[in-house]
Amino acid sequence: MDISRRDLFHIGGKLLVLASVGATLDQITGAAPPSEAYRMADHWWGMLIDIDKCIGCGNCVRACSKENNVPEGYFRTWVERYQIQEGAQPQVDSPNGAMEGFPLPTRADVKSFFVPKLCNHCADSPCTQVCPVGATFISPDGVVLIDQTYCLGCRYCVQACPYGCRYLHPKTDTVDKCTLCYHRITQGLTTACCENCPTGARQLVDFKDPKDPVHEFLRHNKVQVLKPYMATQAKIYYKDLDGAVR
Amino acid sequence: MRRILREWAHLIRPALVLVAGLALFLVLRAAVVPKDFGKYGHYRPGALDMIRQKPIAFAGQGACIMCHDDEAKTRASGKHAGVHCEACHGALADHASDPSAHLPQLPDVANLCRRCHEKDAAKPANFPQVVTAEHSGGALCNTCHQPHNPHL
Repeated sequence: MDISRRDLFHIGGKLLVLASVGATLDQITGAAPPSEAYRMADHWWGMLIDIDKCIGCGNCVRACSKENNVPEGYFRTWVERYQIQEGAQPQVDSPNGAMEGFPLPTRADVKSFFVPKLCNHCADSPCTQVCPVGATFISPDGVVLIDQTYCLGCRYCVQACPYGCRYLHPKTDTVDKCTLCYHRITQGLTTACCENCPTGARQLVDFKDPKDPVHEFLRHNKVQVLKPYMATQAKIYYKDLDGAVR
Repeated sequence: MRRILREWAHLIRPALVLVAGLALFLVLRAAVVPKDFGKYGHYRPGALDMIRQKPIAFAGQGACIMCHDDEAKTRASGKHAGVHCEACHGALADHASDPSAHLPQLPDVANLCRRCHEKDAAKPANFPQVVTAEHSGGALCNTCHQPHNPHL
C-alpha cells in the first residue's frame, strides 16, 4: 500500500484530534477531585533537632506523656544532659526523663548541653527486621509503628533498637514507643513535643514536601544522626551534635 | 491395579494425611490472616487506621488563635512569639472542642517560668536566664513581667 505525503498528514491530523478529545474527556470525567484526605505516598516524616536551642525544660517529655498516655516511669521521648570533662568519660543524666527539667544545677567548669531523644524512625530499622509476627513495621510515610493487636511481647525489638527507644507497656504487655504522633501528623497537626517546645529546638519535617523549610535548612547547616555506624538510616537529624553523644 | 495399590499402600496413606494437613492449614490460614495483610508490607494495614483514631490532647496553635486572636497579637510582638499557647497553658483539646465545658486552669507561675529561665550552665548562653532567688527575692515572675509579652 502506498501512502502519499498528503494521506499521512490527513491520518496524522485525525489521530491528533482524537487524542486531544480523549485527553479532555479524561480530564472532565476521569480525574479525581482534589481530596482533603491524607495520602501516605505524599509524605516522608522525620524530625530536626537543634541542640543549640534545647534548654532542657522537659516540656516535650510532659507533652508526650499527656498526649500518648505514657505509663509513669516510661518514656517515648526524654532529654539527656551531657557533662563532659576533658580526658574523662562523659557524664550523662536524665532525672525521670527530664519530666520536670533538671533540678540539680549543671557543673559550670565542664562542657555541657542537652540532647532530646526519641525513636529515630529509621528507614532501615533493626526493630522491624527482628519482629517475628509483623507487629512492628515502617508505614508508607516513613513512621515506625506497632500493631498492638499483633504484638506478642517477645521483646526482640526492645533488644534490637540501638537507641533504647522501646519499652514493654506494663499494662498491655505489648511493646510501645514513639509513633511520631501519627494520629496528629496525619490530620495536619504537628507532634505533641514539637507543639510544646518553647524554643523550636524540635521541628517535625516532611522530606517529601518540597515547601518544607527542612530542604533550605539542610542546604545551609551541618547535621548528624545518632550512631551513623549502625546504618539504620535514622530520620531524626541533629544540628551541632557533639561527638560524645551516643 | 490391585497389586499396585497394595504395594504402594504404605506411601498413599501418609500422603493422604499430608494433603489433609495441608488443606487444614490453608483453611485455618485463610480464616485467621486478614484479607489485606501484606498490602503495604509484612503487616496489617488496619493497624494504621487504628493508630490514627487515637484522640488528641493538644489542640494545636491554630485552634487556640481562632478565638484568642487578641492574646495571639500581644504575643506575636514580644519575645514569646515562638512559644505556642499549650506549652504554658497545658493540653486543651477538650476546651477547644467545647469551650464552656472545660475551662483551662491558670498556669503555676512559680514553677513554669523557672523551668525555662532558671540559670544553668548547660543552657545555650544566648538564652535569657536568671537565678530566681537573687533576681526577684521570692516574688512571682508575673508581678513585674507580662507573660504574653515579657518585657518590663
